[in-house]
Amino acid sequence: MAEIPIILILVGLAAYTVLGGADFGAGLWELTARGERGSALRDHTHRSMAPVWEANHVWLIFVLVMAWTCYPEAFGSIVSTLTIPLFVAGVGIILRGAGYALRAGSSTPREEGRISLLFAFSSILTPFALGLVVGGIASGRVPVGNAQGDEITSWFNATSLLIGVLAVATAAYLAAVYLAADARRLGSDDVAEAFRTRALVAGVVAGILAAAGPFVLSSDAPDIYDGLTSGAGLVALLASGVAGVAALALVATRRYGAARVAAAAAVAAIVAGWGLAQQPEILPGLTIDEAAASDTTITAVLIGFAAGLAILVPSLVYLFRLVLSGRFDPAAPRPGPSLADEAAAAADPSAHSSLRTTLATGAVTAIGAGVTFVSEGPLRSVGVALMIGGAVACFLAVASLDEVEPSALPFPTPERD
Amino acid sequence: MPLDLIASAFGPVQQEYLLEARQMQAMSFVAHIPLVCFGVAFPALVVFAEWRHHRTGNPVYRTLARRWSKIMLALFAVGVVSGTILSFELGLLWPGFMAAFGDVFGLGFTLEGFSFFIEAIFIAIYVYGWDRLPPRTHLLTGIPVILSGITGSFFVIAVNAWMNNPSGFRMENGEAVDIDPWGALFGNSYLAHEMVHMYLAAYIVAGFLLTSIYGWQWLKGNRSDYVRTALTISLTAAAIAAPVQLIVGDWAARTVAQEQPIKLASFEDLQETTKGAPFDIPPGIEIPDMLSLLAFHDPNATVTGLDSVPPDDRPPVGIVRASFLTMVGIGSLLAALAAVFLYVRVRRRRLPESRWFWRAAIAAGPLSVVALIAGWVTTEVGRQPWVVYGVMRTEDAVTGAGGIPVGYATLAIVYAGVLAAVIWILRRLAARPLEEDAATAPEEAHG
Repeated sequence: MAEIPIILILVGLAAYTVLGGADFGAGLWELTARGERGSALRDHTHRSMAPVWEANHVWLIFVLVMAWTCYPEAFGSIVSTLTIPLFVAGVGIILRGAGYALRAGSSTPREEGRISLLFAFSSILTPFALGLVVGGIASGRVPVGNAQGDEITSWFNATSLLIGVLAVATAAYLAAVYLAADARRLGSDDVAEAFRTRALVAGVVAGILAAAGPFVLSSDAPDIYDGLTSGAGLVALLASGVAGVAALALVATRRYGAARVAAAAAVAAIVAGWGLAQQPEILPGLTIDEAAASDTTITAVLIGFAAGLAILVPSLVYLFRLVLSGRFDPAAPRPGPSLADEAAAAADPSAHSSLRTTLATGAVTAIGAGVTFVSEGPLRSVGVALMIGGAVACFLAVASLDEVEPSALPFPTPERD
Repeated sequence: MPLDLIASAFGPVQQEYLLEARQMQAMSFVAHIPLVCFGVAFPALVVFAEWRHHRTGNPVYRTLARRWSKIMLALFAVGVVSGTILSFELGLLWPGFMAAFGDVFGLGFTLEGFSFFIEAIFIAIYVYGWDRLPPRTHLLTGIPVILSGITGSFFVIAVNAWMNNPSGFRMENGEAVDIDPWGALFGNSYLAHEMVHMYLAAYIVAGFLLTSIYGWQWLKGNRSDYVRTALTISLTAAAIAAPVQLIVGDWAARTVAQEQPIKLASFEDLQETTKGAPFDIPPGIEIPDMLSLLAFHDPNATVTGLDSVPPDDRPPVGIVRASFLTMVGIGSLLAALAAVFLYVRVRRRRLPESRWFWRAAIAAGPLSVVALIAGWVTTEVGRQPWVVYGVMRTEDAVTGAGGIPVGYATLAIVYAGVLAAVIWILRRLAARPLEEDAATAPEEAHG
């Protein structure tokens, strides 16, 4: 029971690295895109990521929440010691999201370029800072307790720096593969080629960093090194390496869909390898069993998780099907005018609520309010239900009342101040 | 590592900047809560407008729904990040709280995470799906956005209700044991009124803020169908919620009087336990027996005074009292304004004409935000010195890490920048010609 949440946390971490990582990587490519052609690359990047970025970020929330619910003391120790990189990551996430929101208001390429420049550096900062956090935990620099570890060296060390840089390179790579596939689907072959080149460069850099990993770990974090070079940890490490090389080969041969899967597998394998290498300890001297919340709590979380998943999975599939099938692409065929007209044709211009309905809903609200005011306990619940139900009905009725003087013009003549 | 050793590792720490840590957390809430109001209330207003288009065929509703949906997405994006910061801060600033009670209330955030996920998914489908999904399907994709907005805030408020009125566990050697997470979160007498109170506040704030924007145009002489429809929908929502809120506020105050008597005493700075306690309205008007009447619906009821607990266990009374009076005062004014609007709307079938009404309506937007924040200050500062009421002190929850003032200053600068950015976005979106959203011809989804 105690291990199930940590497995889910690692799954969430892998999903965030792949999906959220691609988002941050996209920000990095926005930063490096310059000039006329850069503008095309930026547009493409933004258009591809905008519908999915919020959903991609929820994985991080999920990891945090699972950690503090199921391993509260370990969570408290980690966040209080690794405060600085976590705070930096948080600020980076604000800037990244603000960048997306700002794009909604920008209207010229010049503005878009500035916004990209201003905010895209946060896309480098955040994965780097989160990599520092992972490095601090993996190298055993977080003791149990409130801010018991070193405020600086817990994240400013060889393992942290390696994982931080690797996280940035991986994010850049994942983003480039995703964007290349997306550009090809849209038929922009030159954009696709540009991202293929970027994917290959970032992939090679990530590969070199990953290959350097064991050397850094062997001196800086011997426990993890031992775990990753023996038994199941070694299997995971090798699997990650094979998947990573395969992903590069697939990008080189322009099979982006398969490349994405292979890259995700490489990430998932190394995250699993970390878990395998570190278990049974979650922090030095604290095993997963000791750190885990009670079975009641974990059971409750798992029930909530299963129920949530039952709603989430179909929703997520629906979103990604719409996005990946190109339904949201600018050039996608639209049901557009004809369907909108159809809906309008079926409508009844005189569909307004009556005064009698309005007054009746108002009366229900008032009666509910009266009961709520004078009573307690179950009767009050009845009053509240009447009051709220009445208020909703009352809103529908009052907002749908017809007006006396419907003007002929649907829109004002544009007026600027 | 034995359990008691783990617990003692989270014993009290020296934190010079406890007040700054609290202010930093409060600043983040102040930034986030108005966005929550839009997350909760706006989807329903947008979907209502689209539904009216389906019902009446009047294109102005469709234009409005499209325009609003873009604003909704931009505000949601900012809300995502401000909400993420809050979950970071819970750990960064209050690791003692998380370590001791994460396993009691964490379930609420797990469920909230799913709500938020669903909201993020469907808000994207809804906004990017205009003209790309069949009209009926499109309307239906708005429903999960409305529902997940409600459930998301429900789960977060469940956690807050638990902090104010904790149950579902037992303390043993500084450890929470015998934890019943479902009961702690959902079997709580604070949950219902906090939820309804916040939910109505969301409609009041979102409705009146929209009213401020369109009311300004109305006053400048823009009487187009577009502005009229926008005002009708936003004012109706706020105007129905505002009077109902008075009743819910009464319900909340009566529950607080029972469960957190010291908080209630600080609303009125009531020093001594008094039978038939009076109510003071600044400057210096005293209504006899009124506090007893308000808190217990009985003029002779005994109201517990602040002196029933040691000074260390009392909240900062000045702040709580000022916030409480601000909230109640503004709430009453908003309800009066609402009554005027509802009368004219139902009786005369039009919007009010009086310039004074519109000046008041424009002021109502910012005032409703002030009332919202004052309300949260009342309940959260009123909870002090406890983070978990009567169980854990805020000073025992705070981090031992240094650098809180640096973090506070950094975050303040970042928030100021984000606020400026949000204003810039909204002005930009508003400046776009309406035809862009009215067009049935292909148009770039830009955002």
